[in-house]
Amino acid sequence: MTTATDIWVLGDYRNYFQSRVTLQILARATHLAASTGGKVCAVVFGHGMDEYVGEYIAHGAEKVYVVDDPALKTYAVETYSFLMTRLVEKFKPATLLVGATRFGQEIAPRVAKQLKTGLTADCIDLEIDPKGRLVQIAPSFGGNLIARIITPHKRPQMATIRPGTFQELVHDGTAKGQIIRLALPTDMPTEKIRCISSEYKPSKAKGIEKADIVITGGRGMGSKGKFKKLFELAALMNGEVGATRPVVYANWIGHDALVGQAGKAIKPKILFAFGISGAIQHTAAIADADFIVAINKNPNATMMRMADVAIVADANQVCSGIIRAIKENIRD
Amino acid sequence: MKMFKILVCIKQVPMVSELPWDSKTGTLKRELAQGMMDPSSRRALEAGLQIKETRAELGEKTQIIVLSMGPPMAMEILYQAKSLGADKGILLSDRAMAGADTFLTSFILARFIKKEVPDVDLVLCGSQTSDSETGQVGPQLAEELSIPAIGYAADIQLQGQMVRVHRHVDDFFEVLEMDLPGLVTIDQAAYTPRYAAFGGVQDAFETADIIQVDARRLGLDENFNAVKDSPTRIVDVYSPTTRKENRVLKGTAKAVVDQLFEDYGKIISSAMGKDLKGQGEKI
Repeated sequence: MTTATDIWVLGDYRNYFQSRVTLQILARATHLAASTGGKVCAVVFGHGMDEYVGEYIAHGAEKVYVVDDPALKTYAVETYSFLMTRLVEKFKPATLLVGATRFGQEIAPRVAKQLKTGLTADCIDLEIDPKGRLVQIAPSFGGNLIARIITPHKRPQMATIRPGTFQELVHDGTAKGQIIRLALPTDMPTEKIRCISSEYKPSKAKGIEKADIVITGGRGMGSKGKFKKLFELAALMNGEVGATRPVVYANWIGHDALVGQAGKAIKPKILFAFGISGAIQHTAAIADADFIVAINKNPNATMMRMADVAIVADANQVCSGIIRAIKENIRD
Repeated sequence: MKMFKILVCIKQVPMVSELPWDSKTGTLKRELAQGMMDPSSRRALEAGLQIKETRAELGEKTQIIVLSMGPPMAMEILYQAKSLGADKGILLSDRAMAGADTFLTSFILARFIKKEVPDVDLVLCGSQTSDSETGQVGPQLAEELSIPAIGYAADIQLQGQMVRVHRHVDDFFEVLEMDLPGLVTIDQAAYTPRYAAFGGVQDAFETADIIQVDARRLGLDENFNAVKDSPTRIVDVYSPTTRKENRVLKGTAKAVVDQLFEDYGKIISSAMGKDLKGQGEKI
């Protein structure tokens, strides 16, 4: 019964059509399991979520643990963390991975605490070291550094994973997976939190995480007024606008546009970075862009060193120049 | 009328992006960095201050205790918090506590709260500090204290021994109610912090309500070692990789834009899904 090598992934399906993070983690888990052995398992709590169970199997889960009960209809941190802890204690997986959605970031720390194990936040990569241990890779401490973290003695090894970090596997409708249905324990804790209302309002935009072209701007754009030029460029290029933290804090653009560790990770085909110096919290979130064009007066800025093309010039003028060039030369 | 006790967890974070890092131990040499109060902690404090003010208008008393953990220089943020309106400040500081991960940090904070403020009504935390950005200490502290927690609050209304919280998480707009005692973390965009009057900081230095507590006073034995006892361990740290080509273009805005489209027009138009005239020639 002890399955000390299994890799578990929490099935976070509440915002399924906007957030594919569970599928992304299943893909990475499949890759990791190839070197550690063990099965890739999804764990799903809720009521009436067979559709998602099927999707998880089609995306790499070999086994799915399901607790389906009307009492679990609404996401609830206390209930779900209690259940997860109970299941981990029973089946003893080696690793438990959770998407760094807001819900994931609420539940994972509590589960880790209940299990008396470690937890690394918002990982941007996962590897297996020669001893078969999970290496949790996360930008750290606001320095110009990324930390590689292990959980040497405690199990399971736990990490939350930043959405958009891994590519999901191609849907395989013929994949077979074992579904293990478990009854709700009789000793569930009493919820001290009551949901008065919950309204689902999925954001309509394609979203910066999925855009092929992203235009990001930093303080080097000069002012809120000048920053707006980036929207014009984005509209012309069919791209999305992102920003650094100082820009978001200065209210030049909303928090949704924040690219960085406290915001979103992006992986566009092309990234244009205007007037961004490149603090680690930001650069870690753009490391997966296929092609980076950076524009900055300072040739030594981190962002310029990371770029495929580093343009040493005024960010504003170059932005205007590109807008003009595209307007003049676009073919409909 | 019983005094309502709010405990706000605050953290001192380095002000600069270039940080002194000990590559041997993989930990930050915090004593070398200049500090400030973490912006997210400031929002938590602001939430506490606003609750206190609302209650004061109704003639009800509130005590705000700020709790921090860090090197002795972190006393600065407690004075700052006091000048903003906190009543009492405690810094948990000891070499044995340095290098604690979130598991151990929440353990240490909880140890103090259970010992010294067992009757706390509401614990407030930022949702994510600006340095390590884990967002884990709040929920783990709640677990240690065996109290419920709500994350990412945009608004908190106190209703007797209960709070009503509005929040926006993962595309859901929620209204939740939580029995107290409980813990709430404040959303990054909520409760814009106030600034302290200059005179306020001066006054705050003249108080005895800010104290430092070491490991022994917390009842941790001499074998306690936060680095050793933390379940996670930093293996190593490295700089993000630099790109291979790193072509540098210089000149007037017009010249560099022309060059960009001449050499990379194909990549740009392919990502746009639109053809551009003059690929491979000046446009």
